Parts: sequence; C-alpha cells; structure tokens
Amino acid sequence: MDITVNILLTIATAATPLLIAAIGELVVERSGVLNLGVEGMMIMGAVGGFGAGYLTGSPWIGLLAAIAMGAVFSLLFAVMTLSLATNQVATGLSLTLLGLGLSGMMGTSFVGQPGERLPNLYIPVLTDIPVVGRLLFGQDPIFYISIALTAAVMWFLFKTRTGLTLRSIGDSHTSAHALGIKVIRYRYLAVIFGGACAGLAGGHLSLVYTPQWVENMTAGRGWIALALVVFASWRPWRVLAGAYIFGAVWIGQLHAQAFGIPVPSQLLSSLPYLATVVVLVLISRNKRLTMMNTPASLGQPFVPDR
Amino acid sequence: MMRLELVKRPQRSMLFSALSPFIAFGLTIIAGAILFALLGVNPLTAFEIYFIEPISQVWQLHELAIKAAPLILIAVGLSVCYKANIWNIGAEGQFILGGIFGSIIPVLFPGFEGPLVLPLMLLFGMVGGAFYAAIPALLKTRFGTNEILTSLMLVYVAQLFLDWLVRGPWRDPQGHGFPQTIQFNDSAVLPELMPDAGRANWGFVFALVAAVLIWVLMSRLLKGFEVRVLGSSPRAGRFAGFGLSRMVFFAFLLSGALAGLAGISEVSGAIGQLQPVISPGYGFTAIIVAFLGRLNPLGIVAAGLVLALTYLGGEAVQSALGISDKVARVFQGMLLFFVLGCDTLIHYRIRLVGMALAKGAAKLDAAPKLKEAR
Amino acid sequence: MSADHDGANLLEVRGLTKIFGTLTACDHIDLNIAKGEIHALLGENGAGKSTLVKMLFGSLEPNSGDIFWNGEAVRITSPGMAKKLGIGMVFQHFSLFEALTAAENIALSLDDGSPISSIAAKARALSFSYGLPLDPDSLVGDLSVGERQRIEIIRCLLQTPQLIILDEPTSVLTPQEADKLFETLERLRSEGKSILYISHRLEEVKRICDRATVLRHGKVVGHCNPREETASSLARMMVGNEVKAVVRAPAEGIETAQPLLEIRALSRKPATPFSIPLKNINLNVRAGEVIGIAGVAGNGQGELFESVSGEVLQQDAASVRIRGKDAGALSITGRRLMGAAFVPEERLGHGAAPRMKLSENLLLSRHATDGKVFVGAGGAVKSGAVYAAAQRIIVAMDVRKSAPDPEAAALSGGNLQKFIVGRELDRSPAVMVVNQPTWGVDAGAAAHIRQALIELARSGSAVLVISQDLDELFEISDAIAVMHNGELSKPLPIAEATFEKIGLLMGGAEPGHAEHTLETA
Repeated sequence: MDITVNILLTIATAATPLLIAAIGELVVERSGVLNLGVEGMMIMGAVGGFGAGYLTGSPWIGLLAAIAMGAVFSLLFAVMTLSLATNQVATGLSLTLLGLGLSGMMGTSFVGQPGERLPNLYIPVLTDIPVVGRLLFGQDPIFYISIALTAAVMWFLFKTRTGLTLRSIGDSHTSAHALGIKVIRYRYLAVIFGGACAGLAGGHLSLVYTPQWVENMTAGRGWIALALVVFASWRPWRVLAGAYIFGAVWIGQLHAQAFGIPVPSQLLSSLPYLATVVVLVLISRNKRLTMMNTPASLGQPFVPDR
Repeated sequence: MMRLELVKRPQRSMLFSALSPFIAFGLTIIAGAILFALLGVNPLTAFEIYFIEPISQVWQLHELAIKAAPLILIAVGLSVCYKANIWNIGAEGQFILGGIFGSIIPVLFPGFEGPLVLPLMLLFGMVGGAFYAAIPALLKTRFGTNEILTSLMLVYVAQLFLDWLVRGPWRDPQGHGFPQTIQFNDSAVLPELMPDAGRANWGFVFALVAAVLIWVLMSRLLKGFEVRVLGSSPRAGRFAGFGLSRMVFFAFLLSGALAGLAGISEVSGAIGQLQPVISPGYGFTAIIVAFLGRLNPLGIVAAGLVLALTYLGGEAVQSALGISDKVARVFQGMLLFFVLGCDTLIHYRIRLVGMALAKGAAKLDAAPKLKEAR
Repeated sequence: MSADHDGANLLEVRGLTKIFGTLTACDHIDLNIAKGEIHALLGENGAGKSTLVKMLFGSLEPNSGDIFWNGEAVRITSPGMAKKLGIGMVFQHFSLFEALTAAENIALSLDDGSPISSIAAKARALSFSYGLPLDPDSLVGDLSVGERQRIEIIRCLLQTPQLIILDEPTSVLTPQEADKLFETLERLRSEGKSILYISHRLEEVKRICDRATVLRHGKVVGHCNPREETASSLARMMVGNEVKAVVRAPAEGIETAQPLLEIRALSRKPATPFSIPLKNINLNVRAGEVIGIAGVAGNGQGELFESVSGEVLQQDAASVRIRGKDAGALSITGRRLMGAAFVPEERLGHGAAPRMKLSENLLLSRHATDGKVFVGAGGAVKSGAVYAAAQRIIVAMDVRKSAPDPEAAALSGGNLQKFIVGRELDRSPAVMVVNQPTWGVDAGAAAHIRQALIELARSGSAVLVISQDLDELFEISDAIAVMHNGELSKPLPIAEATFEKIGLLMGGAEPGHAEHTLETA
C-alpha cells in the first residue's frame, strides 16, 4: 500500500511541472500566439528559483522569483512577436536557446550546491489519515497550485466574458480588432501569464522535484508541455489528464531503471520522448478534432491597421 | 506612455535587407558589453579576448573553419526548410545519426581500408541523417503531425541512442572502459587541408560547396522557385501544381542529408571516433546561423564563421577570465533575437506614438492594407 | 418615407483625409447624414468608401478633418467609442468568429456584462420582431453567408445605434434576400434611425436611398437625390467617364459545337467540417460559349472550382473531361497541359503569391505548359524569357504599375486581376475556368476582363465563369446555371433567364433537379 502511495506521489510530483507549463501555454495558444520558448522560460524559472532560494535561504522567495523570472523572460518574446511582429516560431526557438545559455551562465556558481526544498503540506490529523491523507493533504504546495490553476483557467476561459474575448482573439484577430477588442494587449497578458506559469514549473523542478541546480535540468519538459497542449486539443482538463499520463511514463521508466529491468537504460530514458511522438501522431490522425479545436489564428502575426 | 506602431512598407526595403544583420551584430556587441560589465569584466578586454585573440593566428583560423563547417553545412540545409515554411529543428539528431551511420564501416569493419572507405562513410552519413529526417516528414505528411515537436523529440532519442552505442555494443574493448569506439583507421579519417598550417579538414570545403549548390538551387532553378512559393503562400503553390507533401520530404531529406554529412565529417575529421557527445549543440546553433544569414546560403557562410567565433571566444574567455563558456550561448541567443527584431525593419517602418495623442503624425509610409481574413 | 433634410444633421464630416503612403485614400471628404434617412455612399472599388467608414467607426485614424455628432465635434478613436456614440456597423467581410456561437459573437460586441443566456434571449426576440430568424446557439462556422449577415445586423441593432453603416450588404444575398433586407432598412428608417448605405449597385440605391454622396478617387464628386437620377447618370458620376459597354457578339453554331469541358456526375465529400459537399454535378461547356454559374457565396463554388481545376483530384477520372479526354485523375498541371486554364477567386495568396514579382507569378501557372520557353536544361529558370512574357501580358492587358516588375501585392486589385487573367489568356487556352473574375475590381478593368473572356469564347474556346455578380453573368453568359447547397441547376439559356428566375434558384427554389437531361454518357 505504501509503495502505491509513494508511486502516486512521485507521479504527481513529475506531472506537476508539465501541467503548470502546459496550462500556461494553453492560455497563450488560446489567444492565438504560439510560444515555443516554454523550455527556455522553464529553465530560467528553475535557475532563478533555485538562486533566490539559495541566496535568501527561503524556498518561498525562490518560488516567487521563479514566477517573476518566467514572466520577465516571456516579456522578451511578447515585445518581439507582438510589438515587432516577428516570426513566432523562430522567436520562440531563440527564447529557448537564449534561456538555456543564460541559465547555464547564471547557474555556474550554484552547481553542486544543496538547495532548500519547499516543505510538503502537513495538516495534523488530516495528513495522517491512512493512504488518502498524504495524497490529498501531504503534498508540496505547488501541487495544490497546479490543480487550482487548472480549475481557474477552465473557469476563466469558458465562464467569463474576458475568457470569451481571449478565445475570440485566438479564433480571428482581424474580427476582434474590427470590434474594437485590444488584441495586442490581451496577447501581452496571455504571454506573460504563460511565462509566469513556465517559470513556476521550472521553480518546481529546482525547489521540489530535485532541489538543486543542474544545467539543462528541464530535459525537454518544456517541449513535452507544448506537445501536451496539442494532445489536449486546447482543453484544460485534458491537459491535466495528459500531464499525469506523462508523469506516469516518466516515473515508470525511472522505477524500471532502478529495478534493473534488462533493457538498456537509454531506451527507458527515451520513453517520454518517444511517447510524445506517438501521442502527437495519434491525436493528429483525428483531423476533425484538431481542425475544430485549433485556434484559427495560432501563430499568425498580427499588425493592426491604423 | 509610448507605444510601438508598425507601418507596412509598400515594398521590402533593400537597404534594411542588407543592413539588418549588421545592426543586429552591433546591438549584440552593445548588449554583450553590458553583460561583461555586469560580470565585472572590462568589456574592451573581454571583447579582445572574445573576438580578436581567437583568430589572430593561422592555426586558429583553422580551428574556426573546423567549428564553422558543421554550422554552415547544417544551416544551408535548414535554410531550404525554413524558406519552404517547414520547421525542422531536429538537425542535432540528424547530425548524430549521420555520425553513427557514417561510423558503421570504421567501427564494425576496421580492417576495411582503401580510397573507397571515406566516400562510403560520407554517403552513409548522409543516408543516416536523411533517414532520421524522414521520420518527422513521414509523420507530417501521413498524419499531419506537427514537425517541430517530433523532430525535436527525436533529438533526445538520438542522443540516448548514441550514448547506448558507445557504452554498449560499439565500445572499444581495449578502451579501458571509456565510453568510446575504437579510433578510426587512417583511411577513415577525413584528411586535413593543409596539415602544416592547421587542423582544418575537408569538411569546410564540403560546407562551401554545399552553400554554393544550394544557392544555385534556390536562386536559379525551378525547384528553388517551388520552395519559395510553397513557403510564402502554400495555396498559390498548390495552384501552381506543386505538391506540399513532396516538398516536405524534399526539404527534410535534403537538410537531414546535409546534417548527416556534417555529423560524419565532424566524427571522422575532428574527433576520429564516436563518443557519447559529438556535438556542442551544432544542430541548434545552426538555426541561428540560418537566420543570421537571412536564409541565404552565401550569407550563411559568413554567419557560420561569426557563430564559430562565438564558440572559440566562449572557450577563450573561460580560460582567460574564468567566465562560463555558456556566455557563447548567450551571445548566440541575443544575436538571433536582434536579427529577428531587425528583420521587422525590412517589411515595416517603426513609429513611436504617445498613447494619448496619436494624431498629427506628419508623414506616413504605408500602402497595402492588411488583407482582411474572410 | 420622410427624410428630415432640414432638421439637424446626425453626423457631419468636414474635410476628412486619410493618407496611406503616397496614396490619398480619402481626400477632404464632406458628408452630412440627417436623422431618419438612408444615405447612399456610392463609388467604385478603390474610391475610398471602406476607408471612410472605417474612420467613422474608429478602426482607422484620419490624418486630418473633423467629425461632428449631433452638432458636437468628436474624435472617434476606437470602435468602442463609435458604439458608445451610437454608431453601428455591418461589415462587408464579416467580423465574426467561426468557432463561437451566434450568441457569443453578439456578446463580444456588447459592453455590458450580462450573461450569454440573456443575450441569446434578447437576440432571439429582436430577430423575430424584424423577421430575421436566427438561432443564437448555432456555431457561426456552420451558417450560410446570409445567416451570418443576420448575426451582424442583429448584433448591430442590439447596441441600439442611431446610425447604422452597411458596407455592400447585398453582395452576398439573393435578389429575394436583398428585398427582405430593404424592408428591414425601411422599417429602421421609420423608427428614426439613420443608415449609411454603401454600394456600387445603382438600381438598389435608386430604390431605397434618400440621398447619395458619390466618391471617386478618394474625393467627393457630388451629392444627389438618387431617385432623380438614372442609373447611367449615377454611373457617370462614379466612374468619371462613360464605361465602355461590353459587346457580346452572338454566338453562332454553338448548339452543334464540341463540348470542350464536360463535368459528369461530379460529387465530393466535404473536405473540412465547414465546407460544402458537391452533389452529382453535370455540365457541358462547348467551344464558343460562355457559361455562367450563379450562386450565393459559400454554396460549393469554391469546392467546384478546386475539383474542376485539379487542385483536388477525383476518384472517378471521367467526372471531369477536357477536350474529350478524362481528366479527373490528373493534377492541375496535367489539366493545364491538356489545354485548360484557371483563375481562382482569391487573387493574393491563391492566384498570385503576394510577395513575389509579377514575372515570378507568371511562372506560377505556366512553368509546365510553357516549360521549354521558360525552363532550360537542368531545371534552370530562363528569367529573361519569363520577364519578357510578363511585360507582353502587362502591355496586352493594360496593367498599371509603379515599377517594371513589382511584387503582386503592390498592385491594385483591378490591375493584379488583369494580370492574372492575362497570364492565362496569353496561352489561348481551349478551356478557361474563372471564379469571380471581377470581384473588387474597378469598372474599367472589369469591362476589359469581361470583354476578353467573351472574345476568348468566340475564338473557339469554352469559358466557364463562376460569379456572385448577377449583372456580370447576364452581361457575358450564353447560359446561366445556379449553384445552391452543392448542387448545380440546369443551365438556362440567356434569352430565357431573368433576375427573378435565377434569384429563386439561388435561394434553393428547385432542390434536387431530378429532371436533369444533360447526361450524355
């Protein structure tokens, strides 16, 4: 029983950063912007979060720093693609490349330093309930944030007028502009929200998942988050499901390696990436689903006509 | 409060087409100076160590050519993809597979020697890269799967595959347990161009030839026209009778083959054996090279040399000033950002307007209204 | 019916000017709109009508000039502000969101925070009271063009505007639907609302408008009472000189001529969730004749064009036959090599690559048919020969341009269309299929293109013209068939065709056409 709980807990820990980053990117893409810089924003969040936590001794300050780092870094992307109408694919790529370099440079002095882990929740009595106690009331704070965030984004997108406006911009920025909707302003806010989420996801890696700084520690999670959004056909609850499936794959291969299953460890390590490819193929085979759900203006630059 | 406003130019600006990479480079230098100053280093000293010293002697120019060759080879292939609006960002993986396929003969048949070995290795390398690039192409054309994500995911898989090979089946039994293959025999090593002057090998020549050939393809041949039409307006391309699926394969196979050639050239020329890591991120840096060269093969040659210098400079400042060699990646990233930003100037004129009073801006330079979507 | 000409003006525009680069799109425009009148804004394509109304609606900023609303000077800086003043707009290219429902679309332009359900109820009530039935829960992507326009109108009315701007509203309607729209407009006028009605259709302006302001090349060239004018006097004001009428020489002996283009039992499944299936389409176009296909936009014309041109292949090779041979399984290049030529509806991005030079755009459709002339050994493009051919077409079609070989996007719509049509005519194709030959083209260029199409037919080619413009079809066709919901009616010889008959068919009056006798096979 305990093993099961432990495995479920590690799956949740592995899924949380994927979920947060993907939910952020989902909002960005719903507004019609494709930010391929998730990996870069995440790694910046990771280094910023670890650095601030390490220097101040408070992982909570680290958490805030991770969010701020991701948001500020995404602002770079926003200025480029929204104000200067640059190619979103190329700009997102360069954001990732820059993030990987910058984080490596900023993190040189943190390598090998022990970090402070964000403490898990502990509520007397509740957390001590067998089995469900630790699952429901004993996880790290970012886990709860991730679930709340998913619910909030669902409510925001489909129940509020502002969410409707955001979706309408993703469907047609020309129509939205003609109606007087501030397309660029909405998109700025969406991109910054996505950046903050990616930063938080990175902070989870360096403050909870493995509380230390390792170069390139995101290991492609930002890209998997991007794939999750496609897999989820832009629906928040499906992102949640997808993140946990990938969390399970990730943890599964780690456990398999630990158990010494007679398969090359490299093959096991490549499973999350291969799974991403397989999942993308499966989802894209359903043409109608993708076509009906893809925000129609995704990736198109928009320059208002004045 | 000020706000940027873009005003579309009636024709693309030739002036900014030519100037934009230089402006971008200048801005990178300024940003770099600030960066060095923040790190507590005198920017002038740092720049001298970064940009001047690494190329002050002939043998160093050879090192530059060694670094530039794979960048140029990969980037000219990518330029065809990007011109066709096809996003192969997995060149790093295709580079690795090229290295692996090309090493089949020297690793598995070390006794095979002679003048045939090298051409076969290079051919195998191209086949390996093209094969690996064919996967995202197939998935895109068959199922409509996004090629950005699949080609990138395959990079991780390729890295792990190489890691497994050199630690497992292909490990040199006499290698004292080091994760590496046997040293290639002499006929499997790409010869140096001028052994007396430096280490530069034929890989650099391949890069220059590839650049010229791709330039001819893109600017003189009907196929190049097809690439440009499909990339800029796919619907017009279909009207012209050009097939998008065929183009996806063409672009992926071509760029994959060139990345594979770069991979085996690097392995056979610069390294001489397979190791767990054979690329300091050439496949990704080549993306920057492609854009910095404005997707023009001849521009890419120049851009490849510049980016190769950032690698050498990074190593130089690390040893001389104790700054992380990641500074090279930062320079590369900034350069790409500035290039993309400056490219906006080619199609748009930028106006700064006050939020409140936008009236009375004297002269506008714009013409065709943006096409309205349906 | 009494427009209050002497009363205060609702809207006054003085000296409004908008400059795009070297082009003065609107040059010191003066315009008065009284309360309770339908005011026509007349002008050719490119005269500046759309630019003017975009400034009135706050989507574009004027360079100079003043706007007075109820006598007070105002600066309309955004559509939101226009809505607050009481200006509503029905766009020509609808500003709707296909992935959202009608009610959500309406909610997006209302600034109150009321829930979608109450907006849907309001919309439903209003739509009934005006006789414009509308289901607020339907997805816009699934709706016809006419239904979409209803959403635009209801959305506009829900904002209780005092001035409603309609930009070319009838261009997407059948004549009968247009009649219905006119009733609605007259009712709105009787409620005291003002309407700015933008059109280039003179008959309807004469019919419903109280006053008219005429624009030409960005300038006001006159104000008039359209009821006191004739269609031709209005046309003269718009165009500035007499438009050469298209001459249609009688077609001789086409009854016995060979069909050069045969469409037989052509069906096609919808390619995307929102597209129209084609159902058993049959049509012959013989040497020497022009056949017109009428229909409201979005009834399968685009799908038909793709199938006939070979951009989309057919299962059944015999479903499209060119010059007596099966072509259904051939690509567009294969069909071109058989002597067919095609002009698609969208100029920029389909018929031409916007950012490429005219000479390159010539190569676009001619690289295979004129392979020997334009492409040399090893696939090298002979740019000199391509350039010379492009210049030949530019001269033949009188294409006006600012540079020797400009980018396609730098040309005006009319001039680019002349080039695209000329590019195909230059080959003297045996079969010519044109979708919307003069959509958004000025009168001079339109006449030029129409005349060229007739002459091509009379020289022995088969010409198929798909158009939404009934006037155009009546001007050039020898027979007109109508497309509705993916089905094609039997062609009516021009002598028997009337606006009313065609209009009824466009509205779907004869579904099925079971009595088809065209199948020759």
